[in-house]
Amino acid sequence: MRSALAVALTGLLLTAACKEGAEAPKGQAAQPATPVAAATKAPVVETGAAKPPTGNSIKVGVLTDMTGAYSDIAGKGAIVAAQMAIDDMGGKAGDKPITLVSADHQNKPDIASNTARKWIDEDNVDVIADLVASSTALAVMPVAKSKNRITLLSGPASSRITNEACTDTNVHWAYDTYSLAVGTGKEIVKSGGNTWFFITADYAFGQSLEADATHQILAGGGKVIGSVKAPFPTADFSSFLLQAKSSGAKVIGLANAGADTINSVKQAHEFGIVPKQQLAGLLVFISDVHSLGLEAAKGLLLTNSFYWDRDDETRKWSQRYFEKMQRMPTMVQAGVYSSLMHYFKSVAAANTTEAGAVMKKMKELPVNDFFAKNGHIREDGLHVHDTYLYQVKTPAESKKPWDYYKLVKVIPAAEAFKPLSESKCPLVKKT
Amino acid sequence: MTPANRRLAGYVALVLLGLAAPFLVYPVFAMNVLCFALFATAFDLLLGYTGLLSFGHAAFFGGAAYVTGHLVKDSGWPPELGILAGVVFAATLGGIVGGLAIRRAGIYFSMITLGFAQLVYFLAVQLPWTHGEDGLQGVPRGKLLGLLPLDRPLAMYYVVYAIFLIGFVVVHRTIHSPFGHILRSIRENEPRALSLGYDVDRYKLVAFVLSAGLSGLAGSTKAIVFQLASLTDVHWHMSGEVVLMTLLGGMGSMLGPSVGALLVVTLQNYLGHLGSWVTVITGAVFVVCVLTFRRGIVGELHALLKKSFSL
Amino acid sequence: MQALFGQLLLGLVNGSFYALLSLGLAIIFGLLGVINFTHGAQYMMGAFLAYLGLHHFGIGYWPALIVAPLAVAVIGVVFECLMLRRLYRLDPLYGLLLTFGLTLILEGLFHHWYGNSKYDFPSPELLKGGSDLGFIYLPRYRGWVVVVSLAVCFGSWAVIEKTKLGAYLRAGTENPKLLQAFGVNVPLMFTLTYAFGAALAAFAGVMAAPIYQASAAMGSDLIMVVFAVVVIGGMGSILGSIATGVGLGLLEGLTKYYYPPAANTVVFVVMALVLLVKPAGLFGRER
Repeated sequence: MRSALAVALTGLLLTAACKEGAEAPKGQAAQPATPVAAATKAPVVETGAAKPPTGNSIKVGVLTDMTGAYSDIAGKGAIVAAQMAIDDMGGKAGDKPITLVSADHQNKPDIASNTARKWIDEDNVDVIADLVASSTALAVMPVAKSKNRITLLSGPASSRITNEACTDTNVHWAYDTYSLAVGTGKEIVKSGGNTWFFITADYAFGQSLEADATHQILAGGGKVIGSVKAPFPTADFSSFLLQAKSSGAKVIGLANAGADTINSVKQAHEFGIVPKQQLAGLLVFISDVHSLGLEAAKGLLLTNSFYWDRDDETRKWSQRYFEKMQRMPTMVQAGVYSSLMHYFKSVAAANTTEAGAVMKKMKELPVNDFFAKNGHIREDGLHVHDTYLYQVKTPAESKKPWDYYKLVKVIPAAEAFKPLSESKCPLVKKT
Repeated sequence: MTPANRRLAGYVALVLLGLAAPFLVYPVFAMNVLCFALFATAFDLLLGYTGLLSFGHAAFFGGAAYVTGHLVKDSGWPPELGILAGVVFAATLGGIVGGLAIRRAGIYFSMITLGFAQLVYFLAVQLPWTHGEDGLQGVPRGKLLGLLPLDRPLAMYYVVYAIFLIGFVVVHRTIHSPFGHILRSIRENEPRALSLGYDVDRYKLVAFVLSAGLSGLAGSTKAIVFQLASLTDVHWHMSGEVVLMTLLGGMGSMLGPSVGALLVVTLQNYLGHLGSWVTVITGAVFVVCVLTFRRGIVGELHALLKKSFSL
Repeated sequence: MQALFGQLLLGLVNGSFYALLSLGLAIIFGLLGVINFTHGAQYMMGAFLAYLGLHHFGIGYWPALIVAPLAVAVIGVVFECLMLRRLYRLDPLYGLLLTFGLTLILEGLFHHWYGNSKYDFPSPELLKGGSDLGFIYLPRYRGWVVVVSLAVCFGSWAVIEKTKLGAYLRAGTENPKLLQAFGVNVPLMFTLTYAFGAALAAFAGVMAAPIYQASAAMGSDLIMVVFAVVVIGGMGSILGSIATGVGLGLLEGLTKYYYPPAANTVVFVVMALVLLVKPAGLFGRER
């Protein structure tokens, strides 16, 4: 009995695996109806290096976190946004039909690079989008570069992506740690919050966020009087908050993300730190504010590249997204849509899917959509556009569901991102 | 055919299958399977043959991956020396951890290995050259012995395959040697082995170091194949995953861990798009395995064959 | 100096919560010999049931303290009767693996249903606010956690060590056959013990919900720490777990003050060291 079960199980798993491998598509697969159907489409069994793109079709791969810490800011919503972009193009860029595959990288760089390799080698994927979590982006970029495919990063934050680690087949679309620091760091100092204490998630991302923000604070004449490195992840921030409190700093900078940010904001209220000291979230997504609730999040200052209720265009797009997901989009999810639309238009204009030619077009064409006004892509791969400093509304100010932010300041593109002259990207020609 | 002949024929068939694998499936996938198969086989040397459940083997696997990645990427070592250094590192670490942990038995042994593995994880987060959660990215594959460029998928595959076979043969030789028999006697009845005059602790320690070193070999190879070393490799989930592979395939059988590795990697690779359901399915496999076929797939198949051929 | 006192007090708060969390694990191991890895998932389910109860049926905090543990206990009974029961005579390893598998299933399902978001569960009006102790502002709810945790811990300990029911339980661990011969329904007793352990985990989950909010992953990060607490205390020693829980909270508090990055690691280092010096943990006896 047991043995029979064992045999059955082996057989089942092996057939599942074999099916994936054996079902070789004939020519180009028809456009699948749903993302999941797309993802189950079979890879071609083949060895050796990447096949050159066929040129008469486009395959988009959304590589994201479906189950982990970032599944709310990207995840399924990113795939839905990508599908919306394809649908809005009528399933075609020029005369090239577009298909979509997606996968979960679980925030693990090895799984991300492995999937990217497989996609490019076997499935002939032309462009990989999202890549939330910097570690996965940094792992996939060199793979895509070596196989001459494009990466469109909306999820990750690290400014290394367009500096030390930059590639000429990559665009960093939505935001980076530098732009977050400019918005939240510089502007708060200007408005009088000149002494800071950082609670920093003790990993590369948290540290680069703190470093970038410190740079802005010092440049603005402010002072950083202390910081504490909290292990990642941490559930209980009370101890760190107490240290922040006794430092007497006017502003407590939260150089962390996701669950850590939520916990630290909530506990700052619990321990009576707010409103005596001002909280500044260096990376806060609308999904975090939604989880926190306005009672806990009110007054929080944050920098975002996108807010659904910014103008008519954003409202229109976000409403369509809301109908599919029952949530408002984060800047990552909106960024996935926006970056793919720009890519499709550039492919149509260049009339090829070859990465070099498409990138050239992408950098030539300005970006003008609901996400960015007069955005452009620099030679280091950074998509430069306006960003916005928001403050979270109080429950009384909020008039409807998801009415969470009020605009404090528009940060113009020229100030929002690191100047090209300071870029550490080797692709940037120094004069 | 005698059973010995049949066994030999089976092995020959499997070796041939391994040679043909890169033409049948995606080579990087095959390499991934081989790395984990070697890891699980090394782990089983300790669990299946010595009766010690280490819950910290990620430290050796991932630690070696980091050492290899660092030396190859930042110090420009050739891949073969990088891998060798990873193995030496893992074996040395195994000597230290094993030397302390084997003084305790059962769950306490597992917990000590877990404790040390968490320490290694902490170092991997903190040390400057490991780059925290970004990991070591873009490790060059380089040229084996300065001759064979490893960035060709087929060349890389056969190198990995050779490394796997070496590791497999080492384990096979070990468990079929007098030393291996003593290990099994320790597993079956430790006081008896002790009373027969064997220095039980020394045997356990040698088995531990060997297992750690081979796990390191698997980790180092993986670092070269995927060109990166990351926190995933040193996290306790990895220690749990290797237990799953070994148990699912069948502990204490030579092929079991490899079969388990094949199944687990396949599951993760081809069902990745299902998101949370992968976790649910993995859990269900665990539950079914523990409740219905504790000997693992290979173990149960063996039993089935024995019954039907009444060997 | 003042800051240090504050840190120590917070350590005590967290420590008593660790004690409460590890209690169920210690009881199940002590009496059934099973390492219940599902403990983390049961803790998570407790918090989620509290949240769901509030949003779908309007069940508030106080009833949730009873209802959620009961519901989780029922699930525990089903699991024990259908699966866990078959493994009692085997190596504890199998119990660990089975419960680990169940944990993956439960966490995967909750993740599928509720994603990775945190779900807010407000603390009751009575326990809102806090008081300024001079060196620290202590939220009232945290004080409540300390009081309840210690009460539940010592209550459970007293029941198991000092009452006749406890004596049966302990006898059942030593020699189930003999106890059965005396006419005690040992399998039922085991089932109820498991249910009690599960209920304790869920209870801790409800207690935690107002502080940490409910999320699918909340148990998986914590389970290893709680596991370490039970091991350091001596597996199966209830008093040991309570003492270690509190001690660990204090130690963690000090680490957060002097060397914060190591705060998540210190417990495992202590565990390895303790086991090397005292093989069966601080309060355990060798089996």
